[in-house]
Amino acid sequence: MAKVKGDVVIDIERCKGCEVCTTACPNEVLAMSTQVNSKGYRFVVKVNADCIGCANCAIVCPDGVITVYKSKV
Amino acid sequence: MEQNFDLPEIHTPENLVYTKTKVLTDNVMHYCPGCGHGTVHRLIAEVIDEMGIQDQVIGVAPVGCSVLAYNYFDIDMQEAAHGRAPALATGIKRVFPEKFVFTYQGDGDLAAIGTAETIHACNRGENITIIFINNGIYGMTGGQMAPTTLPGMPTSTSPYGRDVKMMGNPLKITELVAMLPGTYFVTRQAVHTPALVRKTKKAIRMAFENQKLNRGVSFVEIVSNCNSGWKLTPVQAIKWLEENMLPFYPLGDLKVNGEMVSK
Ligand SMILES: Cc1ncc(C[n+]2csc(CCOP(=O)(O)OP(=O)(O)O)c2C)c(N)n1
Ligand code: SF4
Ligand code: SF4
Ligand code: SF4
Repeated sequence: MAKVKGDVVIDIERCKGCEVCTTACPNEVLAMSTQVNSKGYRFVVKVNADCIGCANCAIVCPDGVITVYKSKV
Repeated sequence: MEQNFDLPEIHTPENLVYTKTKVLTDNVMHYCPGCGHGTVHRLIAEVIDEMGIQDQVIGVAPVGCSVLAYNYFDIDMQEAAHGRAPALATGIKRVFPEKFVFTYQGDGDLAAIGTAETIHACNRGENITIIFINNGIYGMTGGQMAPTTLPGMPTSTSPYGRDVKMMGNPLKITELVAMLPGTYFVTRQAVHTPALVRKTKKAIRMAFENQKLNRGVSFVEIVSNCNSGWKLTPVQAIKWLEENMLPFYPLGDLKVNGEMVSK
């Protein structure tokens, strides 16, 4: 089976820190930053390299924060 | 500092799986963190994008938290007076029968002040789509009890929980409109998990496609959260929704192609 690599790009200024995406990720890729954006929200960051590009996080995000890429390696 | 896990080498157009649709503007939505309104806006915009009808669709915004919906959709929209969206959509659709016309309404808007407009548009069988966000509360005005508030559910006007003896029963308006001859498609969905988001998008797509058939109202309820009104974090609210809202408002189709779905 071909291995799949995914990656997400997080628009941190749009993120409201709701954490809904973190619970939707099958591989616990996402967690909250200790920093905040200009609105004062803790934003989401990647905490491991296990993204498979499933887009679960992006489709539950109410604010269109996440862009997802997926590639076979 | 956080460790960097970026893979810029795979950020190519052919590897793109998901990005915010251009049918949504770049304005940051004013909704509270984790509010389902944003997710449903996105799904409607994606359906409009995928159907290629951006210049053929007219939306009607309600009064409620989504009163500013027209700032977020890059389509023609009209603001309705509180609860009157189905009446306004009726007029728009009759003047422009070739356009795709939809309303976007909360439960206070659709099932309280707008009950008459909702029921009569559904009974007349207007060829429109109604998107109904049921969060069981008046979000915008500070979390007051709505007709949809669950028995026992605390709100700012029922701080000890809705006492049905004194405050009356919750109204399942979706079940009610499904009984009317003018509705063609009636369904209840939710958007708090990826699988449910995918299902809701299919339902919204069908609700828009149905306008090509001219068979009556397509009505999509989405059981959603109001974290601020419920006084819960978004993640707690999702759990509360699953444990409390869904048993009372079960998900699934009520009417498909004009036929009641037997349960
Ligand atoms: C004629 C009129 N009556 C009352 C109000 C006050 N009001 C504004 S929004 C709202 C209820 C909104 O609740 P809902 O439709 O459930 O939407 P949500 O904010 O929860 O998304 C009310 C009663 C108003 N703006 N206009
Ligand atoms: S795309 Fe899937 S695996 Fe990658 S971060 Fe999002 S939810 Fe997790
Ligand atoms: S779901 Fe969206 S807004 Fe919420 S924390 Fe994740 S990226 Fe941020
Ligand atoms: S008050 Fe409730 S419905 Fe309104 S934006 Fe906030 S969470 Fe959403």
